Amino acid sequence: MIYRMGAALMSLVGVFVSAYLYLYQLGRIGTLACGSGGCETVQTSVWSRFMGVEVALIGLVGYALLLSVALVALRPALARERWPAALLAALASGGVLFTLYLTYLELFVIRAICRWCVGSAVIILSILILALLALRRAPEPRAG
Amino acid sequence: MAASPNGMTRFYTILGAVAVVGLGLLGYQLSKPATVSIPANVTIQPADTAGFRGYLKGSDSAAVEITEFADYQCPFCQTFATLQMPTIDERLIKTGRLRWRYRDFPLQQHPYSRVAAHSAACADEQGKFWPQHERIYEGQSEWAESRDGADIFRRYAKEVGLDLAKYDACMSSGKYAGRIQASYEEGQRAGVSSTPTLLVGGRLYQGRFDSDAITRLVDSLAPRVTSAR
Repeated sequence: MIYRMGAALMSLVGVFVSAYLYLYQLGRIGTLACGSGGCETVQTSVWSRFMGVEVALIGLVGYALLLSVALVALRPALARERWPAALLAALASGGVLFTLYLTYLELFVIRAICRWCVGSAVIILSILILALLALRRAPEPRAG
Repeated sequence: MAASPNGMTRFYTILGAVAVVGLGLLGYQLSKPATVSIPANVTIQPADTAGFRGYLKGSDSAAVEITEFADYQCPFCQTFATLQMPTIDERLIKTGRLRWRYRDFPLQQHPYSRVAAHSAACADEQGKFWPQHERIYEGQSEWAESRDGADIFRRYAKEVGLDLAKYDACMSSGKYAGRIQASYEEGQRAGVSSTPTLLVGGRLYQGRFDSDAITRLVDSLAPRVTSAR
């Protein structure tokens, strides 16, 4: 259960990071606490939207979904079930793939690094690792 | 394996603490007055420069066009804008002899130059570039040393009659950062290295100018130079 707890905690942190970036994109926060200036470059670039939707909003929804699944996975009735950990791992895998695409854009297209995006990348990667560990620890389904 | 009731209680306590801290930090960020910064290291997109070649003042049929590359926080630009431009405006621009094109050339050493340029660009969206431009130059001594220049530009925006909701949205978006940088790079390519620099008929004029010097320049060029567009 410790891995599922870790995944839930990291998802909650991810919710706040993406909410912070989304509020910036909405213009509710004037400047990002960044230091390098790269955050604003990334967040105001045309790549801050994916198919017309703010990337930060996609992150917010994604982390909220991961948090919900992780909390459901913590219910005592599901403690011995394998599928919640598998679902968590599948969702986190999607998140990691999306993060890889965004990191590629930062490094090779926008040529600026947003520290908050790096933070989010670490969070989603850690959720994936925790979900895989939870999956490994979950008992194998019984045959028959 | 299911966690013990104690373990779950401890987990929910930590989760709740993280939630409280996160909400507190977000609330603090939302309660702070919004400050604006405009990045310099932007990637210029084709849309940033499409159809935009500076802010124009004067007749399309004027015989001479002068492009000014200037920086809102540069003291010489301020003197030129407030002391010389009114005379140039009356004597040459309003009489149809001269068309003026203003381009941003924000120098790195001036922290508010880009925010000022962006403020004027946002005013341009509402058809009030020149009033905001003049107000920013007039108030240079007030905002150049202030803690938050953007806040003062917002006050000017209100004074010149801008719709502040639209202005705030424009400033927060930083949408003209690329255009400002494109203007800066275009100036560099033309050979601009200090401000103000005038570009007249493909030639650069650097240094301090007064309205008489500009008048003599226009007098000397008017018979020979047609539109530089």
